[in-house]
Amino acid sequence: MTDSPMACDLPLLSVEGLVVEYATSHGPFRAVDDVTFRIPRGGSLAVVGESGCGKSTLARALVRLLKPASGRIVLDGTDIAALPERRLRPLRRRVQMVFQDPYGSLDPHLTAQQIVAEPLRVGGVGDRTVRARRAAELIERVGLPSSALDRRPPEFSGGQRQRIGIARALASRPDLLVCDEATSALDVSVQAQVLDLLRELQADTGIAYLVIAHNLGVVREISSDVVVMRAGRVVETGPTATVLASPTEPYTRALRRAALDPTAIRGVKPRSVLALASAPASEGTPT
Amino acid sequence: MAEVTTTAANTPTAESTPLLDATDLQIELITAHGVVRAVDGVSFTVRRGETVTLIGESGSGKSTTAMGVLRLLPEGLAVMSGSVRIAGRDVVADPGAARAVRGRTVSLIPQDPMTALSPVHTIGRQLGDALRLRHPGMSRTQARDKGVELLAQVRIPQPRTRWKAYPHQFSGGMLQRILIATALAAEPELLVADEPTSALDATVQASVLDLLMELQERTGIGMLMITHDLGVARLVSDRIHVMKDGRFVESGSAEDIVERPAEPYTRELLAAVPRLGAWDEDGDERTEPVAQGAAP
Repeated sequence: MTDSPMACDLPLLSVEGLVVEYATSHGPFRAVDDVTFRIPRGGSLAVVGESGCGKSTLARALVRLLKPASGRIVLDGTDIAALPERRLRPLRRRVQMVFQDPYGSLDPHLTAQQIVAEPLRVGGVGDRTVRARRAAELIERVGLPSSALDRRPPEFSGGQRQRIGIARALASRPDLLVCDEATSALDVSVQAQVLDLLRELQADTGIAYLVIAHNLGVVREISSDVVVMRAGRVVETGPTATVLASPTEPYTRALRRAALDPTAIRGVKPRSVLALASAPASEGTPT
Repeated sequence: MAEVTTTAANTPTAESTPLLDATDLQIELITAHGVVRAVDGVSFTVRRGETVTLIGESGSGKSTTAMGVLRLLPEGLAVMSGSVRIAGRDVVADPGAARAVRGRTVSLIPQDPMTALSPVHTIGRQLGDALRLRHPGMSRTQARDKGVELLAQVRIPQPRTRWKAYPHQFSGGMLQRILIATALAAEPELLVADEPTSALDATVQASVLDLLMELQERTGIGMLMITHDLGVARLVSDRIHVMKDGRFVESGSAEDIVERPAEPYTRELLAAVPRLGAWDEDGDERTEPVAQGAAP
């Protein structure tokens, strides 16, 4: 309460009325429509929704791989929504992204150490030796053995590649990590390990997360607050525990019901479990 | 015959001859790095009205087992031994038997609905072909009438108008329904479903699973389900085989596998599934249900 309002009340990221549009032959398609939320320093927010809801577009706009049509993306006091690349460049290191596809997001020709050192080189950190040492530290930090340093992406499993992706994202010491379905291509046991790693990193470094996910279980594991999106809009938002325990919007309730938790199912082939779990209103439209 | 009870009627002669009976099935794959034993001596049966699920993580051999059962693995690169009897014929010993039962006694529902259909032909053409394969005497008009009926059965809205649509004009969930209709064109007694909902959104998965379960309730079709999702397996299965490194590490009723897992590996798998916790599930009664009338 006595903390200075300047340092404490200012969220790390504040997104206000964000609109992202794609040009199509039928005119602009609004993929993200008036989205507003905040992430405090060290916080963890999940954006959950199904295919085509705009969650990945939102992620790409936040790291400014896309330029929003309108609205504000205020990172630590600076609105980056419309910044030209020249002024954006020094801020880019502060928001990093971990991608969904552990197979397609790493350069197959580089070694793990070179991949992790690349953001350091781009950021002008130290000399080659310093960068190599720092990359080795990061690779150790994400739980890979030192024998991983000289190996290339094709030699790693999906989970190991995702660890390399995380180490690369951490290299520039970001304040915010945007994880776009970072565990959805992984087996459940591997997914659990990667989620453990993300929680550990947050506890150690105070990094903030924006987690894009379609899996409510993953959302519950990793986020304190959640935004539920459908057709580009926010349909429900609140603390993750509250939203999952008593969702108020019919769409969130359908999502909650459709998430099949094996230990919560009773009886033999209880088809009734599915009765209220489908959301036909959105299903007829091609994606 | 009048004395026969409903329970007995549900277990006719099929009780003695399973739709699918795999005994000590082994599948070796010839790869660039040598011979890999992908399936290492598994035995299982699927009877009428039953869903039997093979669950496992990537590389466990579950899909190879399914493809082996249908003999859809590349001949010459996959060496099978043991026996797989479908409708009494051993498809391991006799490749001709596999061709005879495929698309007749048994159909496949593939994993990825977005790539399983030809993008350059209408869905009517593709479904019609499947029907005329089963019934060579069928005319185009007859095939269309039957096909429209099948599309209605899998809850495609306005099936007659949609008959001339192309795959890209449908969502993933709708395409998976069309593939189920195509599988049903064969009037099979057994469906092999290889991760049929893994590429779909959760709410769409729910409607496709509901369709499959309703189909089974109505027709008594047997199903061999392949999935990595314990929630899906628990919901749809009578029995589950947990697969790892080509072997069954544990087999049992869906209830026993989830509620009383005996093997450490099964427990690890269950522990890795993120928990969702309790929620006010019955709160829907207070509000209008969102997803009742699925079909218009």
